[in-house]
Amino acid sequence: MSGHSNYEPKTGIERWLDTRLPIVRLAYDSIIDFPTPKNLNYWWTFGGILAVCLGIQLVTGIILAMHYVPHVDHAFASVEHIMRDVNYGWLIRYMHSNGASMFFIAVYIHMFRGLYYGSYKAPREVLWILGCVIYLLMMATGFLGYVLPWGQMSFHGAVVITNLFGALPLVGEAITTWLWGGFAVDNPTLNRFFSLHYLLPFMIAGVVGLHIWALHVPGNNNPAGVNVKSKEDTVPFHPYYTVKDGFAITVFLLMFASFVFYNPNALGHPDNYIPANPLVTPSHIVPEWYYLPFYAILRAVPDKLGGVLMMFGSIGLLFVLPWLDTSKVRSMRYRPTARMYFLIFVLTCLVLGYCGGQLPDDHVIPGLSTFMLLDADLNSFVWLSRIATLYYFAYFLIVLPVLGLTETPLPQPESISEPVLSHPANAPAGAAASPEKRG
Amino acid sequence: MADTVVGANPDTHAAGEDPNRRDFIHIAAAVAAGGAVVGLAWPFIDQMNPSADTLALASIEFDLTKVAEGQQVTLKWRGKPLFVRNRTGAEIAAAVKDDNAQLRDPQTDEERHKPGKAQWLVLVGTCTHLGCVPTFGGGDYGGWFCPCHGSHYDTSGRIRKGPAPRNLEVPEYAFLSDTKVKVG
Repeated sequence: MSGHSNYEPKTGIERWLDTRLPIVRLAYDSIIDFPTPKNLNYWWTFGGILAVCLGIQLVTGIILAMHYVPHVDHAFASVEHIMRDVNYGWLIRYMHSNGASMFFIAVYIHMFRGLYYGSYKAPREVLWILGCVIYLLMMATGFLGYVLPWGQMSFHGAVVITNLFGALPLVGEAITTWLWGGFAVDNPTLNRFFSLHYLLPFMIAGVVGLHIWALHVPGNNNPAGVNVKSKEDTVPFHPYYTVKDGFAITVFLLMFASFVFYNPNALGHPDNYIPANPLVTPSHIVPEWYYLPFYAILRAVPDKLGGVLMMFGSIGLLFVLPWLDTSKVRSMRYRPTARMYFLIFVLTCLVLGYCGGQLPDDHVIPGLSTFMLLDADLNSFVWLSRIATLYYFAYFLIVLPVLGLTETPLPQPESISEPVLSHPANAPAGAAASPEKRG
Repeated sequence: MADTVVGANPDTHAAGEDPNRRDFIHIAAAVAAGGAVVGLAWPFIDQMNPSADTLALASIEFDLTKVAEGQQVTLKWRGKPLFVRNRTGAEIAAAVKDDNAQLRDPQTDEERHKPGKAQWLVLVGTCTHLGCVPTFGGGDYGGWFCPCHGSHYDTSGRIRKGPAPRNLEVPEYAFLSDTKVKVG
C-alpha cells in the first residue's frame, strides 16, 4: 500500500492480472512481504484476533438473519425457534452472542495496548481515530443487536438508551420520537434496529479497511516505540507474524469456545429470556458488561443532560487523545511515571465497570454506613463511580498533558535492534551457552 | 526475500532428510486448521436444511368423506399441493385401459393406488416438468393439464403428452381407516 513493492509476478496469468488489477500485489505487499518490526509482542496479535471476531460476527449474523423475524409478535419466538428447531441454531446463536463479548474483550485489550505503547502518537493519529470510529460503530451495533431478541432486557435497554437522546435540550423529544417511529419503543423501532444492525457491521468492515490502510502507511508501532531505522529492524509479515497471530488466534478461540460450549449464558442476563413487557421494567436493569463503565459514568452525574454529556465525552476524549498527550516518547516502557498513572487508569476502568453493574446506593463495604455527602452515603457505589469518573477524565485532561512536560523519561534505545544486539547474552561466547537469557 | 532474512532457518532438505520435521509441522498445522474449518462449515451449511419444526409438520391426516365421487380436493402438504381425487368408474376404466399404451414412464394403474382402493388417487400436485400445478380435468386424457408448458396427464396421473418426464408422484401414504389417510 505504500513504498516500493517487491512483488514479482511468477506466472503469465499473474503478469496479465498485475497490469490490470494488481490485487495479488496488494495482498503480497500487505500480508506476505510487509516489513514488520521484529520486536512485536503478543499484545500486537489482537488486531488479527479482531479481524477474526468481525468475520465470525458477520457469518453467524447473516445466518441468524435467515431465521429471525423482526416483529414484536414473533421476534422472541423466532429466537427460541433458532435455539430449539434450526439445525445447529443454538451453536450459531451462542457464537454470535458470545462473539460480541469476545469482540469487546479483544478491542479493549487492543485499545489499552495502543494507550500503553503510545500507538496514537504521530504519525498514527488517523489510524487511532479510525479505530475510535470502529469502536463507536461496534458499540452501536452491539446495542442494536441486543434489542433484537425482544426480551425484557432488550426492550428496557432500548427504552433507556433511546431516552438518552431525550436529554438534549429543545430537540430531544423530537429525536426520540424519530428514533422510535412512534410514541414508545415498539414494532417500528425493532424493525429499523434490525435493518441498522445488519448495515453497521459492513460499515465496520469498511472502516477496518481504512484502518489497515492507515496502518500500512507508517507501519506498525512497536513495544520500544522507536521508529524502524533499517531493514535490520523488521521481518516480513509472513511467516513471522502470520504464525504468531495464528497461534494467538487459536488460544483466543479456545477461550471463545469454552464460553460457547460450557458457559454460553455467563455473560448475558437471565431476564432477557423473559419476553418483552412494556408495562413492567425488571427491578435490576443493567446493560451488557462491555457498556458498564460508561453506564457508571452516566449514573455518577446527578443531572440528566450532564450525565449523557459526560458519558459521550468519555469516548469523545479518545478522538483527541493524540493532541492531549504532550510526551514525544511513545512507549511507556521508558515513561515510568506515566506507566504508574496508566495502571491506575486501567484499574479505574475496571472499577467503573464493576460499579456499573451494582445498584448505585448499595454499600461498597457491606454493613458500613459512613456519612451522607450531597445525595448519597460516601460508602456507596455512586460515590465510588464519581471518584473513578474523576480520575478517568483527569487522566486524559490533566495527567497526559502535564506529564509529557514535567516527567523525565528513561533513555530510549537507538533502534529496535540495539537492545537485543547489545544484550550481554549476545556476546559471542555466551550466546550459545545461555540462549534462554536472550532478548 | 526469505534468503535475505537474518537468522532464517537453513533448508535442511539439503541434508537429505525428506520430509523433515518442519514439513511435518506445516502439514499437521494445515490439516488441523483445514479440519477445523470443515467441521465448522457443516453447522453453517446444515442450518439451511429443514428445521425440527418443519420436519414435525411433515405428515398430515385427511378425512376422505369430504371428497365426493368425481371430485378432487387439493391440500397443502410440505408446502406443496396434494391432490386427493375420488375417481368415477369411467375414469378408472379409462386408466386401466391404457395400462398397455405407449407410456413415457410405464406404470399400471394398479401400481398407482392402494390395493382395493382404485377409487382413491393421492398425488403430489406438482408437474414433473418444472413444478407448476396442473389443472384438474384438463388435457386430452381427462386427468390433468399443466398450464405452464402443456403437459397432459391421464386419469391415473401418468404423463401422456408434453415435456414432463415422469408421472405425477405418488407420495408415501397409508389408509388409517376406510375414510382416513395419513400422508407422509
